[in-house]
Amino acid sequence: MLSEGSSFVKGIALGGTFCLLLSLLGSFAPGMQSSPEDHHHHHIKAPTKDELQSLSDSQMVELSQRVRVYCVIMVQPSVLVYWSTAKDTWGKHCDQAVFYSSESAKALEAVDLNEQDEWAKLRKALKHAYDNAGDLRWFFVARPTTFAIIENLKYLILAKDPNEPFYIGHAMKSGELEYVEYQSGIVLSYEALKRLVNVFKDEEKCPERGRALWKLSEEKQLAICLKYTGVFAENGEDTQGKGLFNSKSVGSLIQDSMNKNNLDVVEGCCSDLAITFSGMSPNQMQVMMFGVYRLRPYGHNFHDSLIFLPPEGSDND
Amino acid sequence: MKGLSGSRCCFYMGFLVGTLSLYFLRQVWFEMSMEPDVLGEGQDSSVAALSKKRQASDSNNWRMEGATLINLNHPHHIGEDSSVADELYRKVRILCWVMTGPSNLQTKARHVKATWSRHCNVVVFMSSIDDPDFPTVGLGTGEGRDQLYWKTIRAFHYALEHHGNDADWFLKADDDTFVVVDNLRWVLSNHTPEEPLYFGKRFKPYAKQGYMSGGAGYVLSKEALRRFVEGFKTKVCTHTTSVEDLALGQCLEKMGVLAMDSRDTLQRETFHPFVPEHHLTGKFSKSFWYWSYCYYPIVEGPRCCSDLAVSFHYVDAELMYTLEYWTYHLRAYGYRYRYRPPLSQGLVERQAQTERPTVGTAGRGRTPAGITVGGDGDQSKAESGAKPLSDKGGKETLGKIPIDNNRTAVTQERQG
Repeated sequence: MLSEGSSFVKGIALGGTFCLLLSLLGSFAPGMQSSPEDHHHHHIKAPTKDELQSLSDSQMVELSQRVRVYCVIMVQPSVLVYWSTAKDTWGKHCDQAVFYSSESAKALEAVDLNEQDEWAKLRKALKHAYDNAGDLRWFFVARPTTFAIIENLKYLILAKDPNEPFYIGHAMKSGELEYVEYQSGIVLSYEALKRLVNVFKDEEKCPERGRALWKLSEEKQLAICLKYTGVFAENGEDTQGKGLFNSKSVGSLIQDSMNKNNLDVVEGCCSDLAITFSGMSPNQMQVMMFGVYRLRPYGHNFHDSLIFLPPEGSDND
Repeated sequence: MKGLSGSRCCFYMGFLVGTLSLYFLRQVWFEMSMEPDVLGEGQDSSVAALSKKRQASDSNNWRMEGATLINLNHPHHIGEDSSVADELYRKVRILCWVMTGPSNLQTKARHVKATWSRHCNVVVFMSSIDDPDFPTVGLGTGEGRDQLYWKTIRAFHYALEHHGNDADWFLKADDDTFVVVDNLRWVLSNHTPEEPLYFGKRFKPYAKQGYMSGGAGYVLSKEALRRFVEGFKTKVCTHTTSVEDLALGQCLEKMGVLAMDSRDTLQRETFHPFVPEHHLTGKFSKSFWYWSYCYYPIVEGPRCCSDLAVSFHYVDAELMYTLEYWTYHLRAYGYRYRYRPPLSQGLVERQAQTERPTVGTAGRGRTPAGITVGGDGDQSKAESGAKPLSDKGGKETLGKIPIDNNRTAVTQERQG
């Protein structure tokens, strides 16, 4: 009896040590899936006022013209209203907004990818965007319920060279892999997209149909393929370190801030120059247009270093 | 033999138990470390600590005089030039009084206190009972819909008696109204508080000149407030009905106070009786009472609402903070607004000194080559709507009521 008991105890001790050792090695901890609180080794911040003032006038002009965005907006024919809303709201602020759908549908003006698999859809859409980029050098990928403020995106990437590889958004970590969360929007520079389209040809490193045994989400597949080309995910944040890419709606984030009993609910919520919110309904997107591009308190001026003009023929911004 | 295999078995079992239990323990530890705000026994002490923190930060921003909150430093934002807003803050002083009740303090009034009321010059929360901690003024009425006009009457009397000299304009709002006080100052900047005027969301029935919706908030000039109080003193006005906004409108009409048009220079409404989503995206059914009530034509869609909106109603706690975020925080960098209305005459000289059209004083707002600036039809329309801040303009708005802009004459009238 005693020997059995002591064996049992020895077993527990050894089992516990074994578990701790494994978790310390890092590879055995599926519970630590996405830990956004982890220190990100790659951050991207918008240029500060001082940095901008050090640029010459001609440099500023050149930068403003260079920072033009091709929006890749994924839509679904089953929910047509998201396509028409994105088209009527934030999509107007892209230099070019192209819609990509899994299948064709009447009244839907989108590129028909003829594909149901999410990763294959993303691949095809990105390849199409690369082939049709014209002289646009930045690419922003959005899902149907994402709302983006393109001016703030342009401000973030203003001083970044699109001939360098950039892969920006809300950076998450899964084990050793750092990837950009799809739901909050993905930003790719021309160079990053070029390398990506190139590695698409490599079925070993970047297979079109994920390995049968281990189906990874498309956002992680993207990160893996880019990693092979030497491109790493970077977290977009403002000068105070607040994330600019959000996977929730404004209301949700405000609710979260309220539930945390923050002294200043609004300060503890979101950045002033936020780029994306997601999970927005079509009506909420229309209200966002009012909130972002129109509603303001009289007499408060920000002497921003750039001017973005409102789009032609529009009345909700 | 038996003993050995038994102990071996126990060893393996122990191994398994140890591994699994430590794995789950790590999971739990990990989750707990991610959420430090887990409510448990520590709840009471953390709430107390939080309210202490709130009180400390409040005392930096407010000076309490009895139940009144005098604003010491209205909120400024990092990186903004609020010189125009500051000037308006000094020139157009607003006392905001919020209609609330004891059961609404923590669920509604608290959020008003944390958001838009910080932009008023003076704030008073009016309730049926005194509450020195919040603080609220006790009006000595009951609670409920039938008490609304009593509360309004007493609240305005209180405001004139205690703060007649601290403000020029007197705003009434509900605890579910959101007000952009800076935009209210812009609306009022073309008028003087010596004129008997009142602004709000104008309704037409039951009163010749219409009356202002209570929920959307309305604001009286000092002269209008004086006349309201005078009306009750001379019994021209009495408590006629508990429908507070209509009753007030009828009293003011009797006392010669003018109901004004608060729409912006493009005829877009500024005071709104519903939430933004309702006005921007909703379709009001033709049988809805709203159609027959609105003094000015209802516009649905984006033109429903001015960029310089003043108020919204039926705003819950989450929307209060969301509106504060949209108004004062979230913006599109460098975006040049379509609607850029001019200043009133009194502020024009100041503005010319501090701001150049496309280039900021601090930063560099260059127009990139190849992008044309101009062809903005809105701008010319906006400019034609400007009204100079002068006596001449004042006389035009008064119509047939013989009012002397001479201060002493007005005072003498009151005493007579």
